Amino acid sequence: MPLVAFTLNGQACRHEVEPRKTLVDVIREECGATGTHIGCEHGVCGACTILMDGEPVRACLLFAVQAEGKALRTVEGLEQDGVLHPLQRAFTEHHALQCGYCTPGFLMLAAGLLERDPPLTDEDLVDALSSNLCRCTGYQNILRAVRAAATEMGR
Amino acid sequence: MLAAVAPLDGRVLAGGQTLVPAMAMRLARPGHLVDINHVAGFDRLELTAEGLRIAPCVRHAALGPEGVPGPLGRLLGLARRHIAHYPIRTRGTFCGSLANADAASEWCLVAVALDATLIARSERGTRQLTADDFLAGYMTTALEPDELLVEAFLPVLPPETRVGFYEFSRRAGDFAEVMALATFELRDGLVANPRVAVGGIEARPRRLHDAEAALTGQRLDDAGLRRAADAAAAEVDPPEDHEDARRLVATAVTRALASAL
Repeated sequence: MPLVAFTLNGQACRHEVEPRKTLVDVIREECGATGTHIGCEHGVCGACTILMDGEPVRACLLFAVQAEGKALRTVEGLEQDGVLHPLQRAFTEHHALQCGYCTPGFLMLAAGLLERDPPLTDEDLVDALSSNLCRCTGYQNILRAVRAAATEMGR
Repeated sequence: MLAAVAPLDGRVLAGGQTLVPAMAMRLARPGHLVDINHVAGFDRLELTAEGLRIAPCVRHAALGPEGVPGPLGRLLGLARRHIAHYPIRTRGTFCGSLANADAASEWCLVAVALDATLIARSERGTRQLTADDFLAGYMTTALEPDELLVEAFLPVLPPETRVGFYEFSRRAGDFAEVMALATFELRDGLVANPRVAVGGIEARPRRLHDAEAALTGQRLDDAGLRRAADAAAAEVDPPEDHEDARRLVATAVTRALASAL
Protein backbone atom coordinates (compact mmCIF):
# COMPACT_ATOMS: atom_id res chain seq x y z
CA MET A 1 0.00 0.00 0.00
CA PRO A 2 1.26 3.51 -0.73
CA LEU A 3 2.59 5.63 2.08
CA VAL A 4 1.19 9.14 2.44
CA ALA A 5 2.70 11.91 4.54
CA PHE A 6 1.07 15.21 5.42
CA THR A 7 0.70 17.49 8.41
CA LEU A 8 -2.55 17.59 10.33
CA ASN A 9 -2.88 20.74 12.45
CA GLY A 10 0.90 21.03 12.40
CA GLN A 11 1.59 17.42 13.44
CA ALA A 12 3.38 15.16 10.97
CA CYS A 13 1.31 12.15 9.91
CA ARG A 14 2.44 9.12 7.89
CA HIS A 15 0.09 6.32 7.01
CA GLU A 16 -0.08 3.38 4.67
CA VAL A 17 -3.37 3.77 2.88
CA GLU A 18 -5.37 2.08 0.17
CA PRO A 19 -5.28 4.40 -2.88
CA ARG A 20 -9.09 4.24 -2.93
CA LYS A 21 -9.47 5.58 0.59
CA THR A 22 -10.84 9.11 0.88
CA LEU A 23 -9.00 11.77 2.83
CA VAL A 24 -11.82 12.20 5.34
CA ASP A 25 -11.76 8.49 6.15
CA VAL A 26 -8.01 8.59 6.75
CA ILE A 27 -8.26 11.72 8.92
CA ARG A 28 -10.91 10.05 11.05
CA GLU A 29 -9.81 6.42 11.08
CA GLU A 30 -6.00 6.55 10.76
CA CYS A 31 -5.28 9.89 12.41
CA GLY A 32 -8.11 9.51 14.92
CA ALA A 33 -9.24 13.10 14.43
CA THR A 34 -12.99 12.57 14.46
CA GLY A 35 -13.91 16.25 14.68
CA THR A 36 -14.33 16.29 10.91
CA HIS A 37 -17.73 14.80 10.15
CA ILE A 38 -18.94 12.78 7.20
CA GLY A 39 -22.32 13.61 5.74
CA CYS A 40 -23.29 12.96 2.15
CA GLU A 41 -19.94 11.61 0.86
CA HIS A 42 -20.44 13.22 -2.53
CA GLY A 43 -19.45 16.83 -1.98
CA VAL A 44 -22.87 18.39 -1.41
CA CYS A 45 -23.32 18.84 2.33
CA GLY A 46 -19.93 20.25 3.35
CA ALA A 47 -19.75 18.49 6.74
CA CYS A 48 -16.26 17.23 5.86
CA THR A 49 -14.86 20.64 4.82
CA ILE A 50 -11.24 21.07 5.92
CA LEU A 51 -8.42 23.42 4.93
CA MET A 52 -5.75 22.04 2.62
CA ASP A 53 -2.85 24.46 2.19
CA GLY A 54 -5.23 27.14 3.46
CA GLU A 55 -8.06 26.47 0.99
CA PRO A 56 -11.41 24.98 2.02
CA VAL A 57 -11.90 21.62 0.31
CA ARG A 58 -14.30 18.70 0.59
CA ALA A 59 -12.31 15.93 2.28
CA CYS A 60 -14.74 13.33 0.90
CA LEU A 61 -13.84 14.27 -2.69
CA LEU A 62 -10.10 13.81 -2.25
CA PHE A 63 -8.23 10.56 -2.03
CA ALA A 64 -5.86 10.50 0.92
CA VAL A 65 -2.89 9.89 -1.39
CA GLN A 66 -3.59 13.30 -2.93
CA ALA A 67 -2.75 14.97 0.38
CA GLU A 68 0.92 14.00 0.05
CA GLY A 69 3.03 16.91 1.31
CA LYS A 70 0.02 19.06 2.13
CA ALA A 71 -0.77 21.03 5.28
CA LEU A 72 -4.21 20.00 6.53
CA ARG A 73 -6.21 21.81 9.16
CA THR A 74 -9.33 20.54 10.84
CA VAL A 75 -11.60 21.78 13.61
CA GLU A 76 -9.23 20.33 16.22
CA GLY A 77 -6.63 22.90 15.14
CA LEU A 78 -8.75 26.01 15.70
CA GLU A 79 -8.36 26.23 19.47
CA GLN A 80 -4.95 27.50 20.57
CA ASP A 81 -3.59 26.69 24.06
CA GLY A 82 -7.06 26.14 25.46
CA VAL A 83 -8.42 29.39 24.02
CA LEU A 84 -11.26 29.07 21.55
CA HIS A 85 -10.84 30.55 18.07
CA PRO A 86 -12.92 33.75 17.59
CA LEU A 87 -15.16 31.76 15.22
CA GLN A 88 -15.82 29.10 17.85
CA ARG A 89 -16.72 31.74 20.45
CA ALA A 90 -18.92 33.61 17.97
CA PHE A 91 -20.76 30.39 17.06
CA THR A 92 -21.52 29.85 20.76
CA GLU A 93 -22.52 33.44 21.44
CA HIS A 94 -24.77 33.76 18.38
CA HIS A 95 -26.37 30.34 18.72
CA ALA A 96 -24.99 29.34 15.31
CA LEU A 97 -25.40 25.64 16.01
CA GLN A 98 -27.98 23.34 17.43
CA CYS A 99 -27.20 19.66 16.81
CA GLY A 100 -23.62 20.51 15.84
CA TYR A 101 -23.21 17.96 13.09
CA CYS A 102 -22.45 20.54 10.39
CA THR A 103 -20.46 22.83 12.69
CA PRO A 104 -16.89 21.56 12.08
CA GLY A 105 -17.42 21.99 8.34
CA PHE A 106 -18.88 25.47 8.76
CA LEU A 107 -16.04 26.50 11.07
CA MET A 108 -13.36 25.39 8.63
CA LEU A 109 -15.21 26.94 5.67
CA ALA A 110 -15.43 30.23 7.58
CA ALA A 111 -11.83 29.98 8.78
CA GLY A 112 -10.68 29.67 5.16
CA LEU A 113 -12.89 32.58 4.20
CA LEU A 114 -11.53 34.85 6.94
CA GLU A 115 -7.94 34.13 5.92
CA ARG A 116 -8.45 35.24 2.32
CA ASP A 117 -7.16 38.64 1.21
CA PRO A 118 -10.10 40.36 -0.48
CA PRO A 119 -12.59 42.26 1.67
CA LEU A 120 -15.49 40.12 2.79
CA THR A 121 -18.70 41.61 1.41
CA ASP A 122 -22.11 40.45 2.63
CA GLU A 123 -22.72 38.99 -0.82
CA ASP A 124 -19.47 36.98 -0.65
CA LEU A 125 -20.39 35.78 2.82
CA VAL A 126 -23.85 34.55 1.80
CA ASP A 127 -22.41 32.94 -1.33
CA ALA A 128 -19.67 31.17 0.62
CA LEU A 129 -21.89 30.01 3.48
CA SER A 130 -24.38 28.56 1.00
CA SER A 131 -21.67 25.93 0.40
CA ASN A 132 -22.60 23.87 3.44
CA LEU A 133 -25.89 22.46 4.66
CA CYS A 134 -27.31 23.19 8.10
CA ARG A 135 -30.79 21.88 8.86
CA CYS A 136 -31.10 23.36 12.37
CA THR A 137 -30.29 27.04 12.39
CA GLY A 138 -31.75 28.51 9.21
CA TYR A 139 -28.32 30.06 8.51
CA GLN A 140 -29.05 33.54 9.87
CA ASN A 141 -27.22 32.90 13.13
CA ILE A 142 -24.29 31.37 11.26
CA LEU A 143 -24.07 34.53 9.12
CA ARG A 144 -24.19 36.66 12.29
CA ALA A 145 -21.51 34.58 13.98
CA VAL A 146 -19.11 34.67 11.04
CA ARG A 147 -19.65 38.40 10.62
CA ALA A 148 -18.98 38.94 14.35
CA ALA A 149 -15.78 36.87 14.19
CA ALA A 150 -14.71 38.72 11.04
CA THR A 151 -15.20 42.06 12.80
CA GLU A 152 -13.24 40.83 15.83
CA MET A 153 -10.44 39.63 13.55
CA GLY A 154 -10.33 42.99 11.74
CA ARG A 155 -11.91 41.69 8.54
CA MET B 1 0.58 6.41 -18.54
CA LEU B 2 -2.92 7.30 -19.73
CA ALA B 3 -2.28 5.34 -22.93
CA ALA B 4 -1.43 2.26 -20.87
CA VAL B 5 -4.53 2.33 -18.67
CA ALA B 6 -7.02 3.82 -21.15
CA PRO B 7 -8.03 0.36 -22.45
CA LEU B 8 -8.60 -0.71 -18.82
CA ASP B 9 -11.14 2.08 -18.22
CA GLY B 10 -8.45 4.44 -16.97
CA ARG B 11 -9.62 7.97 -16.25
CA VAL B 12 -7.88 11.28 -15.70
CA LEU B 13 -8.22 12.74 -12.20
CA ALA B 14 -7.84 16.53 -12.12
CA GLY B 15 -10.06 18.38 -9.62
CA GLY B 16 -12.20 15.30 -9.04
CA GLN B 17 -15.29 17.35 -8.24
CA THR B 18 -17.37 15.51 -10.85
CA LEU B 19 -15.63 12.16 -11.13
CA VAL B 20 -15.25 11.42 -7.41
CA PRO B 21 -18.94 12.04 -6.57
CA ALA B 22 -19.82 9.82 -9.56
CA MET B 23 -17.51 7.16 -8.08
CA ALA B 24 -19.06 7.59 -4.63
CA MET B 25 -22.47 6.89 -6.15
CA ARG B 26 -20.99 3.98 -8.17
CA LEU B 27 -22.06 5.66 -11.39
CA ALA B 28 -18.40 5.58 -12.42
CA ARG B 29 -16.15 2.64 -11.60
CA PRO B 30 -12.86 3.45 -13.33
CA GLY B 31 -10.26 0.70 -13.31
CA HIS B 32 -7.44 3.22 -12.90
CA LEU B 33 -7.08 6.90 -12.09
CA VAL B 34 -4.24 9.01 -13.48
CA ASP B 35 -3.80 11.97 -11.12
CA ILE B 36 -2.44 14.90 -13.15
CA ASN B 37 -2.32 17.40 -10.28
CA HIS B 38 1.45 17.34 -9.91
CA VAL B 39 2.40 17.58 -13.59
CA ALA B 40 4.74 20.58 -14.01
CA GLY B 41 3.05 23.48 -15.79
CA PHE B 42 -0.45 22.03 -15.55
CA ASP B 43 -1.51 24.82 -13.17
CA ARG B 44 -0.41 27.58 -15.56
CA LEU B 45 -2.79 30.36 -16.54
CA GLU B 46 -1.26 32.49 -19.25
CA LEU B 47 -2.70 35.71 -20.60
CA THR B 48 -1.42 36.85 -23.99
CA ALA B 49 -2.56 39.64 -26.30
CA GLU B 50 -4.69 37.07 -28.14
CA GLY B 51 -6.29 35.33 -25.22
CA LEU B 52 -6.17 33.18 -22.16
CA ARG B 53 -4.37 29.83 -22.13
CA ILE B 54 -5.83 27.59 -19.45
CA ALA B 55 -3.77 24.53 -18.49
CA PRO B 56 -5.53 21.34 -17.27
CA CYS B 57 -5.30 21.97 -13.52
CA VAL B 58 -6.31 25.64 -13.39
CA ARG B 59 -9.04 25.76 -10.75
CA HIS B 60 -12.39 27.52 -11.13
CA ALA B 61 -11.33 29.92 -8.37
CA ALA B 62 -8.44 31.25 -10.50
CA LEU B 63 -10.74 32.47 -13.28
CA GLY B 64 -12.22 35.87 -12.54
CA PRO B 65 -11.66 39.61 -12.69
CA GLU B 66 -8.94 39.55 -10.00
CA GLY B 67 -6.67 37.55 -12.31
CA VAL B 68 -7.96 38.24 -15.81
CA PRO B 69 -8.39 41.89 -16.89
CA GLY B 70 -11.14 43.36 -19.04
CA PRO B 71 -14.51 42.01 -20.10
CA LEU B 72 -13.23 38.44 -20.33
CA GLY B 73 -12.31 38.48 -16.63
CA ARG B 74 -15.66 40.02 -15.74
CA LEU B 75 -17.52 37.37 -17.72
CA LEU B 76 -15.53 34.54 -16.12
CA GLY B 77 -16.30 35.99 -12.69
CA LEU B 78 -20.04 36.17 -13.46
CA ALA B 79 -20.10 32.55 -14.60
CA ARG B 80 -17.86 31.29 -11.77
CA ARG B 81 -20.27 32.52 -9.13
CA HIS B 82 -22.76 29.89 -10.32
CA ILE B 83 -20.35 26.94 -10.31
CA ALA B 84 -21.28 24.79 -7.34
CA HIS B 85 -19.81 26.26 -4.15
CA TYR B 86 -16.64 27.93 -2.91
CA PRO B 87 -14.88 24.74 -1.65
CA ILE B 88 -15.66 23.06 -4.99
CA ARG B 89 -14.25 26.06 -6.89
CA THR B 90 -10.94 25.78 -5.03
CA ARG B 91 -10.48 22.30 -6.46
CA GLY B 92 -12.48 21.75 -9.66
CA THR B 93 -10.86 22.73 -12.96
CA PHE B 94 -11.92 24.54 -16.12
CA CYS B 95 -10.59 21.81 -18.42
CA GLY B 96 -12.17 19.12 -16.24
CA SER B 97 -15.57 20.76 -16.63
CA LEU B 98 -15.15 20.71 -20.38
CA ALA B 99 -13.96 17.09 -20.41
CA ASN B 100 -17.03 16.04 -18.39
CA ALA B 101 -19.29 18.03 -20.74
CA ASP B 102 -22.23 18.35 -18.37
CA ALA B 103 -25.13 20.04 -20.14
CA ALA B 104 -25.40 22.43 -17.19
CA SER B 105 -21.69 23.33 -17.07
CA GLU B 106 -21.05 27.05 -16.97
CA TRP B 107 -17.57 26.68 -18.46
CA CYS B 108 -18.91 24.64 -21.40
CA LEU B 109 -21.31 27.50 -22.09
CA VAL B 110 -18.49 30.05 -21.88
CA ALA B 111 -16.29 27.92 -24.17
CA VAL B 112 -19.00 27.59 -26.81
CA ALA B 113 -20.06 31.23 -26.60
CA LEU B 114 -16.51 32.55 -27.01
CA ASP B 115 -15.42 29.98 -29.63
CA ALA B 116 -12.73 28.47 -27.43
CA THR B 117 -10.02 26.32 -28.96
CA LEU B 118 -9.27 23.06 -27.19
CA ILE B 119 -6.03 21.15 -27.49
CA ALA B 120 -6.07 17.38 -27.01
CA ARG B 121 -2.87 15.38 -26.71
CA SER B 122 -2.06 11.69 -26.74
CA GLU B 123 0.94 9.57 -27.64
CA ARG B 124 -0.43 9.69 -31.18
CA GLY B 125 -0.07 13.47 -31.38
CA THR B 126 -1.80 16.77 -30.69
CA ARG B 127 -4.98 18.08 -32.25
CA GLN B 128 -7.02 21.26 -31.97
CA LEU B 129 -10.79 21.32 -31.76
CA THR B 130 -13.36 24.05 -31.57
CA ALA B 131 -15.54 23.95 -28.47
CA ASP B 132 -18.49 23.16 -30.70
CA ASP B 133 -16.75 20.07 -32.12
CA PHE B 134 -15.31 19.07 -28.75
CA LEU B 135 -18.70 18.96 -27.00
CA ALA B 136 -20.28 16.01 -28.78
CA GLY B 137 -23.43 15.61 -26.70
CA TYR B 138 -24.74 14.96 -23.22
CA MET B 139 -21.70 14.17 -21.01
CA THR B 140 -19.84 13.22 -24.19
CA THR B 141 -16.82 14.80 -25.83
CA ALA B 142 -14.69 14.18 -28.88
CA LEU B 143 -11.79 13.10 -26.62
CA GLU B 144 -10.50 9.58 -27.20
CA PRO B 145 -9.90 7.49 -24.05
CA ASP B 146 -6.12 7.98 -24.33
CA GLU B 147 -6.34 11.72 -24.99
CA LEU B 148 -5.88 14.46 -22.42
CA LEU B 149 -7.29 17.95 -22.76
CA VAL B 150 -4.03 19.84 -22.24
CA GLU B 151 -5.22 23.38 -22.90
CA ALA B 152 -8.29 25.51 -23.37
CA PHE B 153 -7.77 28.81 -25.17
CA LEU B 154 -10.28 31.63 -24.74
CA PRO B 155 -9.86 34.61 -27.10
CA VAL B 156 -9.84 38.04 -25.43
CA LEU B 157 -12.93 40.19 -25.83
CA PRO B 158 -12.57 43.71 -27.24
CA PRO B 159 -12.25 46.20 -24.34
CA GLU B 160 -15.63 47.83 -24.94
CA THR B 161 -17.49 44.50 -24.88
CA ARG B 162 -20.44 44.29 -22.50
CA VAL B 163 -20.97 40.96 -20.79
CA GLY B 164 -23.97 39.41 -19.09
CA PHE B 165 -24.77 36.06 -17.53
CA TYR B 166 -27.97 34.74 -16.01
CA GLU B 167 -28.66 31.35 -14.48
CA PHE B 168 -31.79 29.82 -13.03
CA SER B 169 -31.48 26.95 -10.58
CA ARG B 170 -33.64 25.75 -7.73
CA ARG B 171 -31.01 26.15 -5.01
CA ALA B 172 -27.79 28.12 -4.66
CA GLY B 173 -25.00 26.15 -6.32
CA ASP B 174 -27.30 23.57 -7.84
CA PHE B 175 -27.20 22.54 -11.49
CA ALA B 176 -28.62 25.11 -13.90
CA GLU B 177 -32.05 24.49 -15.33
CA VAL B 178 -31.19 27.17 -17.82
CA MET B 179 -28.38 29.67 -18.20
CA ALA B 180 -27.74 32.36 -20.76
CA LEU B 181 -24.64 34.29 -21.68
CA ALA B 182 -24.57 37.45 -23.74
CA THR B 183 -21.75 39.65 -25.02
CA PHE B 184 -22.05 42.59 -27.38
CA GLU B 185 -20.77 46.05 -28.15
CA LEU B 186 -22.91 49.17 -28.37
CA ARG B 187 -22.15 51.54 -31.24
CA ASP B 188 -24.24 54.72 -31.17
CA GLY B 189 -26.70 52.80 -29.04
CA LEU B 190 -26.94 49.92 -31.53
CA VAL B 191 -25.87 46.34 -30.83
CA ALA B 192 -22.79 45.10 -32.69
CA ASN B 193 -21.05 41.70 -32.64
CA PRO B 194 -23.56 40.00 -30.36
CA ARG B 195 -22.97 36.54 -28.97
CA VAL B 196 -25.88 34.81 -27.30
CA ALA B 197 -25.57 31.27 -25.97
CA VAL B 198 -27.70 29.12 -23.69
CA GLY B 199 -26.99 25.99 -21.70
CA GLY B 200 -28.76 23.53 -19.45
CA ILE B 201 -31.73 23.26 -21.77
CA GLU B 202 -30.41 20.99 -24.52
CA ALA B 203 -27.84 18.16 -24.43
CA ARG B 204 -25.07 20.71 -24.82
CA PRO B 205 -24.75 24.49 -24.77
CA ARG B 206 -24.75 26.36 -28.05
CA ARG B 207 -24.84 29.82 -29.59
CA LEU B 208 -28.22 31.01 -30.80
CA HIS B 209 -27.57 32.56 -34.18
CA ASP B 210 -31.18 33.62 -34.80
CA ALA B 211 -31.19 35.56 -31.55
CA GLU B 212 -27.85 37.14 -32.45
CA ALA B 213 -29.24 38.15 -35.86
CA ALA B 214 -32.31 39.63 -34.17
CA LEU B 215 -30.04 41.80 -32.02
CA THR B 216 -27.53 43.01 -34.58
CA GLY B 217 -27.95 46.69 -35.36
CA GLN B 218 -30.88 47.01 -32.98
CA ARG B 219 -31.46 49.17 -29.95
CA LEU B 220 -31.62 47.22 -26.68
CA ASP B 221 -34.87 48.76 -25.48
CA ASP B 222 -37.83 46.69 -24.30
CA ALA B 223 -38.85 45.88 -27.86
CA GLY B 224 -35.29 44.90 -28.80
CA LEU B 225 -34.94 42.65 -25.77
CA ARG B 226 -38.29 41.01 -26.55
CA ARG B 227 -37.34 40.32 -30.18
CA ALA B 228 -34.10 38.65 -29.06
CA ALA B 229 -35.86 36.64 -26.36
CA ASP B 230 -38.57 35.47 -28.78
CA ALA B 231 -35.95 34.45 -31.34
CA ALA B 232 -34.03 32.52 -28.66
CA ALA B 233 -37.15 30.74 -27.42
CA ALA B 234 -38.06 29.71 -30.96
CA GLU B 235 -34.54 28.54 -31.73
CA VAL B 236 -33.97 26.11 -28.85
CA ASP B 237 -35.10 22.52 -28.97
CA PRO B 238 -35.76 21.43 -25.40
CA PRO B 239 -36.21 17.67 -24.94
CA GLU B 240 -39.36 17.89 -22.84
CA ASP B 241 -41.75 20.37 -21.27
CA HIS B 242 -41.37 22.57 -24.31
CA GLU B 243 -43.35 25.63 -23.35
CA ASP B 244 -41.92 26.05 -19.86
CA ALA B 245 -38.41 25.47 -21.16
CA ARG B 246 -38.88 28.04 -23.92
CA ARG B 247 -40.20 30.58 -21.43
CA LEU B 248 -37.17 29.93 -19.23
CA VAL B 249 -34.87 30.50 -22.20
CA ALA B 250 -36.64 33.75 -23.13
CA THR B 251 -36.37 35.02 -19.56
CA ALA B 252 -32.74 33.98 -19.14
CA VAL B 253 -31.69 35.61 -22.43
CA THR B 254 -33.56 38.80 -21.53
CA ARG B 255 -31.92 38.99 -18.12
CA ALA B 256 -28.44 38.18 -19.44
CA LEU B 257 -28.77 40.93 -22.06
CA ALA B 258 -30.27 43.45 -19.63
CA SER B 259 -27.55 42.78 -17.05
CA ALA B 260 -24.92 43.50 -19.69
CA LEU B 261 -26.31 46.97 -20.49
